[in-house]
Amino acid sequence: MPLYRSGAFVTDDWTFLTDDTPLPATGAVGVSRTRFLAERDALLGRTDPVGVMLTAGDTLAGIVPDLPRLALIALRFPKYGDGRPYSLARLLRERHGYRGELRAIGDVLHDQIPLMRRCGFDAFEVSHPSTVAALRDQRVVAVRHHYQPASAEASEIRPESHPWRRVSAPHL
Amino acid sequence: MYRYDEFDRAFVHERVAEFRDQVGRRLSGELTEDQFKPLRLMNGVYLQLHAYMLRIAIPYGTLSSRQLRQLAAIARDHDRGYGHFTTRQNLQFNWIALKDVPDILEKLAAVEMHAIQTSGNCIRNVTADHFAGAAADEIADPRPYAEILRQWSSLHPEFTFLPRKFKIAVTGSPHDRAAIQTHDIGLQLTRDATGALGFVVYVGGGQGRTPMVARKIRDFLPERDLLAYCTAILRVYNLEGRRDNKYKARIKILVHESGEAAFREAVEAEFAALRDEALDLPTPERDRIATYFAPPPFAALPERSVVFERAIAADPDFARFASRNAHPHKVPGYAIVTVSLKPVGGPPGDATATQMEAVADIAAHYAFDEIRVSHEQNLVLPHVRRDDLPAVFAALRQAGLATPNAGLVTDIISCPGLDYCALATARSIPVAERISERFADLDRQHEIGDIKIKISGCINACGHHHVGHIGILGLERKGEEFYQITLGGSGDETCTIGEIVGPGFSSRRIVDAVETVIDTYLALRTSPRENFLAAYRRLGEAPFREALYAAAE
Ligand code: HEM
Ligand code: SF4
Repeated sequence: MPLYRSGAFVTDDWTFLTDDTPLPATGAVGVSRTRFLAERDALLGRTDPVGVMLTAGDTLAGIVPDLPRLALIALRFPKYGDGRPYSLARLLRERHGYRGELRAIGDVLHDQIPLMRRCGFDAFEVSHPSTVAALRDQRVVAVRHHYQPASAEASEIRPESHPWRRVSAPHL
Repeated sequence: MYRYDEFDRAFVHERVAEFRDQVGRRLSGELTEDQFKPLRLMNGVYLQLHAYMLRIAIPYGTLSSRQLRQLAAIARDHDRGYGHFTTRQNLQFNWIALKDVPDILEKLAAVEMHAIQTSGNCIRNVTADHFAGAAADEIADPRPYAEILRQWSSLHPEFTFLPRKFKIAVTGSPHDRAAIQTHDIGLQLTRDATGALGFVVYVGGGQGRTPMVARKIRDFLPERDLLAYCTAILRVYNLEGRRDNKYKARIKILVHESGEAAFREAVEAEFAALRDEALDLPTPERDRIATYFAPPPFAALPERSVVFERAIAADPDFARFASRNAHPHKVPGYAIVTVSLKPVGGPPGDATATQMEAVADIAAHYAFDEIRVSHEQNLVLPHVRRDDLPAVFAALRQAGLATPNAGLVTDIISCPGLDYCALATARSIPVAERISERFADLDRQHEIGDIKIKISGCINACGHHHVGHIGILGLERKGEEFYQITLGGSGDETCTIGEIVGPGFSSRRIVDAVETVIDTYLALRTSPRENFLAAYRRLGEAPFREALYAAAE
């Protein structure tokens, strides 16, 4: 599936395992939260990176202490209208200081991507063809002026003396 | 009034460009209607029975005459020459072509207006007391806080796909004219023992099919914590609110199902954690925004106005108008004027382009250029000199806008109902029109006194029938419209959900039934000073039920 990361489509260097696929000896792997909690030591004992997949409705319970050891968290949007992953993303970035890749998976569409970015997502798995095209052609017309700080402080400008205004860069 | 600066202007223009792009992708077929729907809803575009409807935000109901003139121009150029003011202090145009919407938004942007978040499962246009900044009983002006909330909630990246829509209302007076307890969050400005400003916070009010009065979850929230606390409430709701059933998705259900104590605990825990990360409301920024709402340059006037008193003595029509449509102002020598959009037999809340222009002219001339939209679907001139009241009355009369019925039996709230709305089960506007014709006689209306009739065309309750002193709900059974009556509801600080009195009435009989209720009240009240609601609360529903159904048996 096309993966958009840091302004370009890239080849996915991660393998996502179902709960009953045997753990490969090498390579970056992502597993469900359940599997992570069950096989934590084996997973963290490998030399290659480990990631966790969460879906809307999951909580962060159990994984918070291991966040510094995770290189990827993928948050699934079962439907673009399910807004729970936005809150999970902000909690990960702002409350728990998570610094690894935060990937949006599932129903990831053109018009939601700017919001996802502001909530701390930095990678997007996209299957919707016109969303792929819009990202490739840099046609995601977004509102760049914002009235609230979020999780994208590093890439946003804060106009002087207005505590909650932010301006993001012209392109994703 | 709030004025846009460069930043605000850039924001709305970018939003218009974004929506133009979305409309283009819909018209070209790139977006399916299903994918387009939440996008158009985010911009107030509904698909109704006959056409697209565009809902325009009038933040906390405040307009300048320039803005009102622009709305008139849009009504003329893109609609059928009129618009509909709603119970959420918005304006709806009912006959809009989708391809025109980006141009209309451009025209709105030119006068610092937009349609952002007037629908969709996001934080909707924030409403406030329509007498804000003028009411004699006001503790503090709610508009700066409503504006701060408007800004903070605009395209909020985390709270744009909530389980369901989310409505916030703010009032600065102990007498609640903004119906805050029927909102998802209701904020009431108050002062603590040290005199510091803050809010009483209510959560979980709502109407619709399961009406609920909001719970008070905080007695005092310091003003600087406003945004952090709202973020905490919204985050708990976004993560925990039900998404399995859209009829159970409002925050009121979450509060109800988790229990008030557990819900409060969850919010307080999130708030405690957020406090260090998030937004506080620094005094300089609060002050910067409050400056926009500084009082206009009022003249120093005596409390009494000789011109006014002479006109009262000389002209009974004016006296009647003044007794209902002029209200006490906090500044001596001034009054607040209600401009009724409820002419006898007319659709509640409609105004023609010409009428909008007339009100704009009057406001520019006599009222510091300010107009408000009330949730009762009327307009308000918040600051009029008492000396000018006779002239304002004459000018309103010329525009057909001097109906002296504010708060009376013909000042009816009604949703669009089956005449426009795709969800309706019955007509509501024609019922409102017929009731107002039945009670057209002004002496009789004034004799009956304060009463609020509210009508909805289906259980979604857009016409607030649950909180009408007399509520009317239009339903459908075997292809026939029928109307259920509720009594004793109230949307003010004594917020109460009305009680269903018995079986519904046919369209033919509903007006008689309303008349029966009112005649029963007139016969039983202790004096004309005991208004309908007070009498109902004293008497209970029994005498009304008896009067309504005894005859039928
Ligand atoms: C004509 C198109 C309209 C549609 C399709 C529509 C749809 C709805 C729906 C589905 C609800 C129930 C929401 C829920 O219970 O979660 C609702 C509630 C409401 N609507 Fe509308 N509405 C329309 C027009 C209006 C108008 C014209 C007004 C103002 C006069 C209005 C004001 C409200 C209010 C105040 C509520 C109650 C809020 C609450 O549930 O707490 N709506 N509307
Ligand atoms: S109450 Fe029902 S009929 Fe009336 S506007 Fe709302 S959805 Fe439509």
